[in-house]
Amino acid sequence: MSPLRNVRGWLDERLGWEGLIAPLRKKTVPLHGLSYWYFLGGITLFLFVIQVLTGILLLLYYRPGANEAFESVQYIMTQVQFGWLIRSIHSWSANLMIFTAFAHMFSVLFLKAYRKPRELTWVSGVILLFLVMGFGFSGYLLPWNTLAFFATKVGTEITGQVPVIGKPLMIFLRGGEDVTAATLSRFFGFHVAVLPGLTTLLILLHVLLVQRLGISIPPKLEVQWTANPSEKREMKFFPNFLLRELMAWYVALGVLGALAALFPWNLGVKADPFVSAPAGIKPEWYFLFMFQTLKLIPPKVWFIDGEVLGVLVFGLVGLLWLLLPFFESDHPSRTKRWITGVAVFALAYVAGMSVYGYLAK
Amino acid sequence: MAILRNKHRRFSAARYVGLAGIVVLAACLGYGQTTNSCLDCHSALPDLLGVSQEKFSQDIHAQKGLTCASCHGGDPTSDDPDKAMSRKAGWKGKIDRKQIPQLCGSCHSDPTYIRQFNPSLRTDQLDQYHTSVHGKRLAAGDTKVAVCTDCHSVHDLRAPSDPRSTVNPVNVANTCSRCHSDADYMKGYSIPTDQFAKYSTSVHHEALAVRGDLSAPTCTTCHGNHGAAPPGVDKVQNVCSNCHAFQAQMYEKSSHKKAFESASLPGCVVCHSNHGISHPTDAKLGTGPDAVCMQCHSPGDACDQARAGFQSGLSRLDEAIKSADQVLGVAESSGMEVSEARLGQDQARDSLTKARVTIHSFRKDLVDQDIQAGLKITAKNLEAGKKAMVERNHRRVGLGMSLIAIGIVLAGLWLYIKKTES
Repeated sequence: MSPLRNVRGWLDERLGWEGLIAPLRKKTVPLHGLSYWYFLGGITLFLFVIQVLTGILLLLYYRPGANEAFESVQYIMTQVQFGWLIRSIHSWSANLMIFTAFAHMFSVLFLKAYRKPRELTWVSGVILLFLVMGFGFSGYLLPWNTLAFFATKVGTEITGQVPVIGKPLMIFLRGGEDVTAATLSRFFGFHVAVLPGLTTLLILLHVLLVQRLGISIPPKLEVQWTANPSEKREMKFFPNFLLRELMAWYVALGVLGALAALFPWNLGVKADPFVSAPAGIKPEWYFLFMFQTLKLIPPKVWFIDGEVLGVLVFGLVGLLWLLLPFFESDHPSRTKRWITGVAVFALAYVAGMSVYGYLAK
Repeated sequence: MAILRNKHRRFSAARYVGLAGIVVLAACLGYGQTTNSCLDCHSALPDLLGVSQEKFSQDIHAQKGLTCASCHGGDPTSDDPDKAMSRKAGWKGKIDRKQIPQLCGSCHSDPTYIRQFNPSLRTDQLDQYHTSVHGKRLAAGDTKVAVCTDCHSVHDLRAPSDPRSTVNPVNVANTCSRCHSDADYMKGYSIPTDQFAKYSTSVHHEALAVRGDLSAPTCTTCHGNHGAAPPGVDKVQNVCSNCHAFQAQMYEKSSHKKAFESASLPGCVVCHSNHGISHPTDAKLGTGPDAVCMQCHSPGDACDQARAGFQSGLSRLDEAIKSADQVLGVAESSGMEVSEARLGQDQARDSLTKARVTIHSFRKDLVDQDIQAGLKITAKNLEAGKKAMVERNHRRVGLGMSLIAIGIVLAGLWLYIKKTES
């Protein structure tokens, strides 16, 4: 008997290893022309793991504080062995993770994978997307550079527009009336403790639900396969799909390495609260569509303040988005076409407004 | 009775309302009436005598509560022109040009009076004017020279801090040029009339008018305003040193000071000119068309050799800074972190500026000291830039190797998948 088999046998005896992985052996993945979209969830998870690992390494040198944060990141970038690589991978991976999370969400939407009984998978996924954006917002401030400082100022100001709870929420986020060292401490806390904790729990729930409910089949195909079971094509999750997923992870790793080596993440100029905001300041790309929308709303719409209206509308849309599966029919042959229309519009709106926001002066 | 009483009340109420209306109407009519009858007529008169209400309201004196009578006398409360402009009422009519400085000085030389309007306003303008070329010539009977109103304007006189004022720093040169650039007007004074044309091409004009730097010099900065006079050949460096203090310190100790003084040459002006001062470049130390040294020195003499040494030192440092900038720029655009070296480049540029200032000492040892300091800093920055480029190349090699490794793993995985699925 080989040593590997010995170890497996030893573990199986104590942990019931075979019992644990048995469901994975039985698990199958539907095989069709759009199966490659199923990789996106796994790639997002892989990038999250990269984030956790590089984040832990950055924590060895990063010091939160208005007088230390920028210098510590500068030290990481210039003095620490491979510090530049770790930081650049962390920043690039964060952006790629948000991108793949968005792409995963829209693929789920277009493949109608959110339908009964997967409503909770969708809800946990959308909340995860919000958390991932929260990671981006809180992490952006941590290097304490000029752009980050003013982007946080603008971002938290927008939060302050929410009626009734806006102002207290803004003060809670900032740790006072203004963006100061107290804000940096809070954002650091959110970024390395609160958000990772919540995200890990939700990821576990999300993956558990995917495991429990299996992978969804697009409605048309489901009807077709139900009518003619001999047409049904599947692939074993373990090892066939997982090996392909592993290939996707390696590709993601290569892309990350190339981005980090060719375009190391910029450090910028240390934040100075006493200088005026740089002209044309914009948030990170994933907030651009909301930022640009708020910019386009007139100062007064009827009797409501334009920005307040914008924030309220985004809040309402976010809530409806979260509850989207509950508007859908659970029968594969009676899916609601308007939801697909809304998805197309949402995708076009987010992409269009982001490009407009990027190009606008 | 009750009805009658009510009627009576109604009548009383109507009467009170009517009376109140008449009072309000009278007040409104009265409000429109002026207490300065001068403007009633003069606003309708043609240019020479005409002063509109709108124009006078812009005048700082009017804003401070002064009226026409404050300068011209008379009784502005009377609507009768004979009474308003009677000598009995102190009417002076048109003020004689010769009397204008004295008239303005009657208030502006009185600290107690001026303090109530502007405690920080100086009250020595008239005294200074008497010492100026303008003042002296006026006293000698020359009425063509500038008096207060020629520069400050009249009836719409604004505070110098007002950008529309004729004596606002940005407008001073234009104001002076109205006379000093007029060749016909200046005929007989035997002074040039190209000062403004030259000043308009100068580095000082560019700073003031183009860049909006209000600390940059205009005519009055060097010549004085109320006490306007040419600085005098031996006082030129005192004027320039007000701003260019370090250059003046160096020049004071230099061999050129004595040489220029003994030859009655006007210090700074010899090399830099006066009104048309151009941006000083290192070419001034050369032998080309912009060169100044060789106007006095002969080729091959000790001074020519020193000049060549200065120029080569400055150009060496300048080139070194540019080379380091170029390497750091490429490193930065490749995403390398070189902000410390970039900051160091500012120090190197400071050394170059210092060396250019030290040139005014005309001492090779002092200039070399600054140049060497700059070269040392630049060499360090260049090294940092080169190191960053080496690091960048290492990263790219590392990336290439990693991508090859990833490619091999991907190929292996693909083959393994194919094998297990077959």
